[in-house]
Amino acid sequence: MDEAAAAIAHLYRRAGFGAGPAELDAATARGYEATVDHLLDLDVADTAADAVAVPPLTQPEPRLPVGAAARKSRLDTLRREGNALVAWWLQRMVVATNPLREKLTLFWHGHFATSLTKVGYPSLMYKQNQLLRALGPGSFEDLAQGVAKDPAMLLWLDAAFDKKGQPNENFARELFELFTLGLGNYTETDVKEAARCFTGWALDRQTGMFTFQPGFHDGGTKTVLGTTGSFGGEDVIHRAVHQPASNRFVVAKVWSHFAWPVTPDDPIVGALVGFYGADLNVRNLMRAVFLHPEFQSPQARTGLVKQPVEYIVGALRALHLPASDSTLPGILTDLGQLPFSPPNVGGWPQNGYWLSTASSYARLRFAASAVQRANLTALDHAAPADRPDAAARLLSVAGWSPSTASALATLAGDSRSLMILALVSPEYVLN
Amino acid sequence: MARRLTRRQFLAGAAGAGVAGYVVATHPWDAVFSGASSASLDGNGKLVVVTLYGGNDGLNTVVPAADGRYQSARGSLAYHPDQVLGVGDGLGLNPNLKALKGVWDRRQLAIVRGVGYPNPNRSHFRSMDIWQSGDPGGTSLSGPPTGWLGRWQDATGADALRSLAVGATVPRLLAGEKTSASAVPAGRATFPDNRGLLAAYTAMSRVSSADAPWAARVAQTNAGFLSVQHAVHDALAHQPSSDSGGTNLEGAPAGSTASGGQLGGQLDLVTRLMKARLPTRVYAVSLGGFDTHTSERDTHDRLLGQLDAALGRFLGSLHEVPDGQRTVVFMYSEFGRRVAANASAGTDHGTAAPVLVAGPGVKGGFYGDQPSLSDLDDGDLRFTTDLRAVYATLLAHVLGVDPTVAVDRRFRPMAFL
Repeated sequence: MDEAAAAIAHLYRRAGFGAGPAELDAATARGYEATVDHLLDLDVADTAADAVAVPPLTQPEPRLPVGAAARKSRLDTLRREGNALVAWWLQRMVVATNPLREKLTLFWHGHFATSLTKVGYPSLMYKQNQLLRALGPGSFEDLAQGVAKDPAMLLWLDAAFDKKGQPNENFARELFELFTLGLGNYTETDVKEAARCFTGWALDRQTGMFTFQPGFHDGGTKTVLGTTGSFGGEDVIHRAVHQPASNRFVVAKVWSHFAWPVTPDDPIVGALVGFYGADLNVRNLMRAVFLHPEFQSPQARTGLVKQPVEYIVGALRALHLPASDSTLPGILTDLGQLPFSPPNVGGWPQNGYWLSTASSYARLRFAASAVQRANLTALDHAAPADRPDAAARLLSVAGWSPSTASALATLAGDSRSLMILALVSPEYVLN
Repeated sequence: MARRLTRRQFLAGAAGAGVAGYVVATHPWDAVFSGASSASLDGNGKLVVVTLYGGNDGLNTVVPAADGRYQSARGSLAYHPDQVLGVGDGLGLNPNLKALKGVWDRRQLAIVRGVGYPNPNRSHFRSMDIWQSGDPGGTSLSGPPTGWLGRWQDATGADALRSLAVGATVPRLLAGEKTSASAVPAGRATFPDNRGLLAAYTAMSRVSSADAPWAARVAQTNAGFLSVQHAVHDALAHQPSSDSGGTNLEGAPAGSTASGGQLGGQLDLVTRLMKARLPTRVYAVSLGGFDTHTSERDTHDRLLGQLDAALGRFLGSLHEVPDGQRTVVFMYSEFGRRVAANASAGTDHGTAAPVLVAGPGVKGGFYGDQPSLSDLDDGDLRFTTDLRAVYATLLAHVLGVDPTVAVDRRFRPMAFL
């Protein structure tokens, strides 16, 4: 792959899930900057992704059905719906015309990590997912305000039944630590005071929607992040997201997931904060990230291990396979990243977290099973000596290391084995 | 705090070793601990961690049957004093734990009572995170992404066989920042039957100095997978599967045999790997299903019966296993159950519970105070022993390291080893 194509392939791996050969050619002809703008044109609906049918999902009920049998049957239904919801999202990623929208949704899901294990109802996770998709490229404040009132989040961090006099600090703490500011940029007093601001926020058991109950709200004076007033929850979020520390925190998180892991005090973060701007514009930030010279540096090109979702979706897109296989939730669980089930509110760690002998085995199992189902005519039609390069193009890999290339060459006569090996190679496992 | 410790360990490792390397802890701690170390273990033991998922009912495992408050709180779920296997102090083992009672009688079972952590969390996953990370610090849901044994591993060695989790995945317990345990599937775990692919995969897994760090790490992990496969395959090829049906790599675990069901299969695999003299220091196995909100008695009877059969078999075979005399089994769950039974003949999520430590090198007996049944914390037991003290003991005496590589230095080893 020449350098221009390699840069585009890298962009598509990070902004999406890799580019097929035709996509790669079209984008290379369009040019790098024009391709970035093309990817960031998120105002048009993605008809291919939107055509993926949403599975029927049970709406939350005030109480689970009475009786052990009815209860078990309801829980079985919810478990099935959870798997169907995973398949729905994966399939959106597989067919998306513009993969950046789904990629950003995945990023925000990891940032505002909420898990079905506690929320219980897949329908609420679906609703949150749509919220992340709609608001993800816009203003970070709109996103944070939206997520804070999202029913799944209210349940997840116990804000759903918050009352004056017994404020729950869980949401306030995670809001500061994980969603907006990062450790060291607020005090324990800020957490306690902020928790008072969120009293009265509740989930209406009948409608399953956010509701504000003035009777449970602590209307007194609070001091949060250095200012005093009779604040409500929205005021706390507003204060938090506009702190300079929050700007660096969010920018560092974005760079960490699209380029390579950095801390908020990294000079690169300082250089990007201006693009995020006073309006906390995520789209402008993404553009600046993709166009930053360091985004194409060797450090960036080798700085991330594919998350399992990226690994699976990239392979399915390259092999033209649907995400309908019923073994996918199990494989993603074995790989450590089942969507809608992050390990905790901190989201999924990066890089080394994805590498274990167990995940090597899971990747091998997935590769063997996917290749068995795939149509490899394109590879079969190439001359054996050209097949390693053809496989690289299919998988958006810029090139093979000498060791991988020589291993692939021994399998040039057998397209299926060659593709299995390519899918478990360090080059494809890296993003 | 452990979070900071981890970071320090990580930085030390990164500075002192290459990508594929690791640092061996060389702390001047030996003088502090060697005197106290159990003679038969000598810090050179094997640790088998048994995780009971779902929240095992501690009060119906080590039962205060003689206590009227227990009887009235538990109602129909309570065991009478003549039903339990008395171990003194007014306590008795659950009647299903017959084999463990034998281990107690041989003075090889330590019952550490009232183990928990401050500000108990009643969420399964959060509480299990706290137990597995060994870091109850703060009330944040986001602990460090490492486990207490993962940090031990980060600090002491990166060999793919150093710790093994039986199952498809590596629990957080064994996840380090730089290293991870290997997983040995209890079921089928064979490389695709394709010699060309195997040869090419093997060649591709050799780390080259030209590789970028993460590419090298992928290759290294793939190589680790191969070496685990080979070691386990060889180990099992030379060992007949145990008589009453164990696990082998070609078939599913030994289902619901009388030998302890799924857990029995996992522990049989551990026995066989130990017989093959794998260099593994830590094995992790698990049993789930302890979340007994409804009709607890039947479920709990069945699970403790399985646990007892599996452990009895495992401990009973240690005399014929290399390093068997140095093997210590540690059992815990994410929390106990509430003191009072609920309205559906079950119990809800609780707090402190006993942990059990068994093996030839264990100093049998009670450790830690039995939590009071009259001084409850909102209906739950107050913990008397911090889980980190238990971990410090295992780290110092079984694994032979300064416990501060993995747990807060405030917690010192206990006397059960």
